[in-house]
Order: sequence, then C-alpha cells, then structure tokens
Amino acid sequence: MKAQEKVIEKIADPARNTCRLCAPLGASTVFRGIENCIPLLHGSQGCSTYIRRYMISHFREPVDIASSNFSESAAVFGGRENLHTALDNVIGKYQPSLVGIATTCLSETIGDDVSLYIKEYNEKSKSDVPVVNVPTPSYKGIHTDGYRDAVISCIKTVSKENESGDFINIIPAFVSPEDLRHLKEIASDFKTDAVLFPDYSETLDGESWESYKKISPGGTLLSDIARIKSAKASIVIGSSLSRSGLSGSLSDHLPNSHFMNLPIGIDLCDEFFGAFEKATGKQLPEKYSSERNRLVDSYMDAHKYFFEKRAIIAGDEDLVVSLASFMSEIGIVPVICATGSDNPAAAEIIKKYAPDAEVMSDSDYATVLDKAKGMNCDLVIGSSKGFYLSKNLSIPLVRVGFPVHDRFGSQRIKHLGYRGTQSILDNIANAIIEHKQNSSNIGYSYL
Amino acid sequence: MTKKVDFNSIKPEEVKEELLSKYPVKVARKRAKQIVINKVDNGDVVPEVLANTRTVPGILTMRGCAYAGCKGVVLGPTRDILQITHGPIGCAFYSWLTRRNQTRPKTDDAPNFMPYTMSTDLQEDEVIFGGEKKLKKAIEEAVGLFHPKAIGIFSTCPVGLIGDDVHAVAREMEEKFPDVNIFGFSCEGYKGVSQSAGHHIANNKVFTDVVGLSDKPKEGKFRFNILGEYNIGGDAFEIERVAEKCGLTIHSTFSGNSEYDEFISAHTADLNVVMCHRSINYLAEMMEKKFGIPWFKVNFIGAESSAKSLRKIAEYFGDKELMANVEKVIAEEMIEVEKVRLDVKSRCEGKTAMLFVGGSRAHHYQDLFREIGMQTLSAGYEFAHRDDYEGRKVIPEIVIDADTRNIEELTVEKDDNRFSPRKSESEIEAYSKKGFKWSDYDGMMPEMQNNTLVIDDLNHYETEVLIEKYRPDIFCAGIKEKYVVQKQGIPLKQLHSYDYSGPYAGFKGAINFYKEIDRILNTNVFKLVKAPWQETPELSGSYAWTK
Ligand code: SF4
Ligand code: SF4
Repeated sequence: MKAQEKVIEKIADPARNTCRLCAPLGASTVFRGIENCIPLLHGSQGCSTYIRRYMISHFREPVDIASSNFSESAAVFGGRENLHTALDNVIGKYQPSLVGIATTCLSETIGDDVSLYIKEYNEKSKSDVPVVNVPTPSYKGIHTDGYRDAVISCIKTVSKENESGDFINIIPAFVSPEDLRHLKEIASDFKTDAVLFPDYSETLDGESWESYKKISPGGTLLSDIARIKSAKASIVIGSSLSRSGLSGSLSDHLPNSHFMNLPIGIDLCDEFFGAFEKATGKQLPEKYSSERNRLVDSYMDAHKYFFEKRAIIAGDEDLVVSLASFMSEIGIVPVICATGSDNPAAAEIIKKYAPDAEVMSDSDYATVLDKAKGMNCDLVIGSSKGFYLSKNLSIPLVRVGFPVHDRFGSQRIKHLGYRGTQSILDNIANAIIEHKQNSSNIGYSYL
Repeated sequence: MTKKVDFNSIKPEEVKEELLSKYPVKVARKRAKQIVINKVDNGDVVPEVLANTRTVPGILTMRGCAYAGCKGVVLGPTRDILQITHGPIGCAFYSWLTRRNQTRPKTDDAPNFMPYTMSTDLQEDEVIFGGEKKLKKAIEEAVGLFHPKAIGIFSTCPVGLIGDDVHAVAREMEEKFPDVNIFGFSCEGYKGVSQSAGHHIANNKVFTDVVGLSDKPKEGKFRFNILGEYNIGGDAFEIERVAEKCGLTIHSTFSGNSEYDEFISAHTADLNVVMCHRSINYLAEMMEKKFGIPWFKVNFIGAESSAKSLRKIAEYFGDKELMANVEKVIAEEMIEVEKVRLDVKSRCEGKTAMLFVGGSRAHHYQDLFREIGMQTLSAGYEFAHRDDYEGRKVIPEIVIDADTRNIEELTVEKDDNRFSPRKSESEIEAYSKKGFKWSDYDGMMPEMQNNTLVIDDLNHYETEVLIEKYRPDIFCAGIKEKYVVQKQGIPLKQLHSYDYSGPYAGFKGAINFYKEIDRILNTNVFKLVKAPWQETPELSGSYAWTK
C-alpha cells in the first residue's frame, strides 16, 4: 500500500491547536437535518463516539450516530460484513426514512467499496429504506467539505428531475439552528414555498419531549429533498458550498442557483435579500427593511467603540469571509483572518474585504498566536477554540460558529440576516466595552 | 416529579426478557450473557458476566476507541509529556482537552502542554506514501518549540494500515535529540473493543520506556504512588490535600496532576495503591514483578471509603504515629461530612440511582449514594472486564478472544539490581491474616444487592427500556447519554466530566457530591417536565420499541 520510492518534496507542517474538524462530522450534521434519518459512520467506533460527544457538547441535544464498528480484522480484510450487520441493526431498531453513511479515514484508507456493499445489502435484505453514501476521508477534506459533500450526495440520491415547481431551495452552509429558523421565517414572510435543506433547527435544538422518540423530531422531509431538482430557483449561502469536492459540485444538481456568502453585514445581507426578491418575484417585507434600518442606526451609534479596533477572525471559511466583510463595514480592522480550510478562492474574497489583513489558509491557532503577538489586536471573533488566543493575548473573545462549548445557548447564536448581524454587532460592542471597563481602575459605569 | 414505581415489585427477569425481546436471535444470545441478575453467594461468589467483547455494529454504544483510552485517559492528564497525534486531524481535535483533567504546574514557567494539541494532520499523499517523514518533522518542530523532556506519539487508525513504524521513528529521533525521551504508542482505534485496549497499550509503554529511568527518590516519609487517578474535577488535589495532612507522601499519581520526573522515579516508592483498577492494574502488576512494590486497591470516592483507604495505607506503613495522625484527620474531616450528609440524607433517603460509566466509577460512586441512603438499582461498565465485575479471582477463567489477543502482554522479570521486596514474606503473611488483600480487587457485584441488574456495555435502546421500567431518580453516565435521558424527564449526572464541577473524591469531595445530588433531586426544574407515563400511563404500551 505504500510506495516508499516516491519522495514527497514538500512536507506540510503539522497542525498545532487546529482550526478544523473532520469530514464525517459535517456529513453527520447534514444527516441529522433530514427527518427520521440516522447517520452511520463506516469505520471504528471511536470516530462516531468522538463526533457524537463533540456535537452534543455544543448542541446539548441527543445525537445518535451509529458505527459499523471495525475490528482489527475488518481493518485488514474490509468492512463488508460490518456494514451489513450495522445496516440490519440500524434499520431494525430505528425504522428510519433514510440511512446516511459517511466513511472514515480507516475505511477510506483500506479502500472499502461502500456503494457496492450497499447494493449487495439491498439485494440481500430486500430493504426499501434508501441509503445515501458519502465519502468523507478527513485526509482529503474537513468538516465543511463533509457537510457539502453530504448535501450533494443526498440530492443526487434522493432528488428526481421533474417539471419545475413554484418553490425555491435554500441551502445553507454549517450555521446554527437559530439561523435555520430565521431562514424559514424569512421564506414564510416572503410568502414563498421553500425547501430548506438541511434543517437541523429542531433535531439539534429540540423541545422537551412529551413522549419518548427514537429519533429527534424535525428535519427536512425526504419528499422535500426529492423535489429539490425541480425548484424554480436555489439560494446557496456559504462560500464552502460553491467549491466542488469528492461528490462533485452542488451547482450541477441545483436548478437556477445563486451562490453567495453567508448574509452577515449590510452588503451581504442586501445581496441575499435581493436574491430572495429576484427568486420569488416578491418585495422585501417591511419587517426586514426595518431591521435593516435599525442595524444601520446602530452602526452609527457604535462606531466610536469600533473605530480602528484590530480584530482576529478565525474559524470556518464561511464565517470568516462574511465577518471580514462585516468588520470592514463597521470600522473594525481585521488584521488576521484565519481559516482551517485551504480555499484560495475564499482567501481572495477575504483579501478583497479586508485588504490589510494577513489571510491565513489551512491554519491553526498556534500559528495564529505566533503571528498575532506584537500586532496589537483588540479582540478575537471565533469559536470556543479561539479562547486560546484570547487568553494568551488578554483580549476578549466574541463567540460565534461551531464549536462553542464554554458558553450556554450555542444552538441559539444568531449570525444571519440583518437580525443576526445586529446580534453579533451588539456582542462585539459589549465585549469591547466590558474589556475597557474591567481593565480600568476608575470604575466607569457609563461607557 | 415522575411518578414513582415500587422497584421491589419489579421482576428483573421480566425486565431482562423485555430488554432482549427486540434483538435478532444472535444479538439476543450475546446480550443475554451481558445482562445479569445479581446474586451474591458466600460473600463474594457472583454470576458470570460477559464483558470486554465487541459491540455489535449498528448498536449505539457508549464506548470509545483504543486511541481515546491511551492518549485521552492514561497519558492525557500528564502535563509535561508533549503529545503528538499521528493521523488525520479529527482524532486530535476531539481529544483536545475534552476530559477536563486538571493540573497545577509547580511553578509559573513550568511546562504545561495540556491545553495544547499537536497533530501530524495527515493528508492524502501521506496516506498513500507513508507519514513517517511528516512525523519526524512534527517531532523536530516540537523539540524546536518547547524542548520537552518527553514526547509521546499516538497512532490513530490509518497509521497502522499505511505501514508507518512509529517506534522506529521514535528511536531515530531520540538519537537525534538524546535528551528527549521519545516513545510511540500503537494505539490505533480499531485495536481491542474499547478504550480498555488503549489503557493496556499505554501501561506497557509507560512501564518499558518511562518508569525506572531515574533512581532518585522524592523527599518525604511514607512514599507511595496512586495509580488510576486522573484528576477529573480536581479529585487528585483533594486526595493530595488529605494525604499531606496525614503526613503521607504521594510520590506520583498516574496520571492526574502529574509530571514526567515523578513517573521516571515511581519505582522508588514503597507502595502502589490502585484507584481505577481497569485502566492501570497492568502497571501495578508489572511494577510488583520487576521492583517488588506491593499493591492494593483503594477507593477515595465516598467519605467512608476514603477513611478506610487511608487507614489501610497507614497500616501498611505500620507507623504508630502515622496511624494516630490518620485517625485524627479522619475524625476532623468527618465532622463537616456528617453534618452535610445527615441533612442531605433526610431528603434523599430511599431514592434510586443507576450508574453506567467507565471501568470503576460505576462501582465507586455506589458508595457515595449509599452514604445518603440511596439505592443503586442497576449498574454496569462501559469498557471493563470480568474481573472488574466479579473480582480478580476469575482472571484465570477469562476466555481470551481475538480482539484481546492482539494486545501485547509483556513478560516481566525481576530487575536484578533494583528488585527489593518492601515487606518480607512473613510480614505479608501476617498482614494477610489481618484481612489485608494484596494485589486484589473484589469487583463491583459482590457489593451490590441481590436482584439488581448488572449490564455490560449498555446501549441506547436498553437505556430507554431501563428508564421506562424503573424510573430511577437519577441516572449517571456521560455526555452522550445526558440529553437523551433528560428528555425523558430523568436527571442525568455526568460521571466522566462531573458536569464540570467537583471534586468528588475524599472528604470535601463527598460533601460536594451530597450537595450536588441534593440539588439535582430536589430542584423544581424536573417537576416542570411531564414524564410521558405521568399523565397517560397507557402510553407506555405504544412506545416505539414495542411496535
Ligand atoms: S480514527 Fe481510530 S483512533 Fe481516530 S477516533 Fe476513530 S477510532 Fe479512534
Ligand atoms: S480517523 Fe478520520 S474520521 Fe475518524 S476521527 Fe480521525 S479524522 Fe475523523
């Protein structure tokens, strides 16, 4: 399996305090956003246990992810039997509407042919439960890639070409359940029929249950995924979704698609709502123009706190791109924009929004910290992992994105739209004010 | 609050039947041996439990992987061994500070690598052509940045398959950096059936490559090591506090709040006491064989158990003054303990608990519940072996399956120069007569009541059935189980991370735990949650698993 002869000229750096997670986590998130779907990772049980515990610590909800549970011999001879047994048990126990299989580094390394195994299983078991398979080797991609590839695989497997219908698709990148609820609200305010996929707004931020449920309720209906290809337009938000990956390219499977960055900040939100108007042929509901106006008003009110403040933005590329645009609008200077992914296109856009920033792709927190020392930064915007920067540089951290496991209510962080922007703006202003207040001896109570 | 069931009226045979009824025949046959109704004969004879066998694919287990057991559990809590995860990025990310072990470097500038995670972050090229070069580069970088005393390399699943030899890399890099001790662990996640395999792999390497490198003993009287205490929530701090107060010297703790220098000289201590038997009994055994250090089991979870353990240690050293001092400390500490205990007991007496966690906690925490009058209805481990359930006496009977056979069992010999029995044979004999149990662990089941259910590797589905049948007042497990149990209106206390509170060890820890359980059981929050059977009892008949 190993060709020692080949010399790898360039050995990449090891990662120190990494900025990214692995691909099956992204895929599992998408699967949790489908009604009555159960994710199944093909590999050793450790990956699914780790991923479950990680997602649970952020969402504080049950997250069931099954595993095909490789033994040492499966690791050597292949995991066909394991996958078949796992499918038997998962289908028997959960009676799911869909099983979403994502591979792991182990099954990818040994080259298991999962599609073939699924075909054999279906023939053998006569099961009519659809099974989606998405290759997610984490040595080729990260969580945002796994997320996108799962979205594509699901559409590829489930959706049928049909006559065009009077509805639109909304496909968001990895955002919070609160954001998903907001997207649904927007569609409903536009009085438009929309398929939101994936939709984990309930499955990963659910209510207290009246009776026991095997799989958390909520999620995009399978019948809705089935009609995705016949929408009149598709709004796709998040730069990571525009790239093509192991499962192909999203644009090949969506009708009339508008790819754009996450709507954060006036500019990007205007673009987003503009696309909505165009796709639906309807005017922006007044509620949103008011939200916009309030946001503009607060830009002015808060400007004195923001002016020439220097920020580090670190995390998923989708967020970093849009936050860079937003920061520049409000007068904060992004000095470092770091992403865990390696996407030159995204780096280009960030450069455009934040011309003075050091843009670091494929980066990690330790490298960012080395860079940041001596740069006089005032704040960090990123996930809980950014606490490492915040602590070492003694500057505040405004928590956004995933994972946030050192604060309460991570599922309900608002990022998107005028409303989400407003919330981030308020948090940044308050973080700056609080830091100033706490580090002064005077005891200011007006700031 | 949830309507109580009279658990005395529940027939465990029926519950067991229900638990098994939904499985395919093959699975049911296997699970039948892992779900056991407890019955204690002659003080310590209990039924056999099938443990440490592979979880059936597709069944949602609590278990993790060998890498988690090795890097996360055993080595993770050590602050100054720099740890490099060799593999793709995810495994390192997920094991980054997730176990909430605490540590206190002795000085401000002493190294502490625990908040730090380093991964070789393997990419496609390396998976195809090998990752040794990148590993070497990572080691060079680590040495350049920190120049640590020691570096541990932890292999994840793909590493074994692409043929990287982490041990050869370690040796080569050690030649390059002779003052850094570099060692590798072949702890690929697919080895064994759970974290347990990783514990064993960790024990072996720590024994061969770390313990015994320096013969310089620590200062202090009555020196001993604590094995299998990982300082979750500050437990080790509390044990250190009490030990110091008694006049005992903890030479090293494997591995909570520990340092490399303490590990390398651990063989100079005069006693090993074992907390978590599952994760570290191998090291205790090997140190006894090689260096002649006796070991026995202790438990610092529970005030009574802590007192008992302290007395045992003092008795071992046999010093009158020490023994008197220990009694004095216990008496002093128990004043506050008793005050809180009796108060809490008045509200918790008669309530019920279930514990499914780890390889020792499901046993140890029963003591704490007992102290406030609560009964354990059912318990089981996540990754333990038969000896943790039934006692070490069954070790010779344990059938070794393919998964276990793959984990190396070291042959250990006496160290000709450094072997020195700490007690003579006649002394050992005399102690045994007094009831001292050397190198032994009785297991969990002999201390549990008859007719309680003992379940190994409890899964999601079975959790639901247990809760529906017994409606315990509290369920103890980990974060993966927390929200699914709480959705059913039953509070869950995490015994891996302690829900980020603690310590629960020792005397102050017992007080913390009593108060915590009191808070949980007597809060109003869970009264707001309507349990499904509360208003419509017939509903249980339509539960999904009976469909
Ligand atoms: S790849 Fe292997 S080592 Fe890594 S988390 Fe998964 S099971 Fe564990
Ligand atoms: S082996 Fe791959 S899939 Fe599994 S946890 Fe590690 S990075 Fe993720």
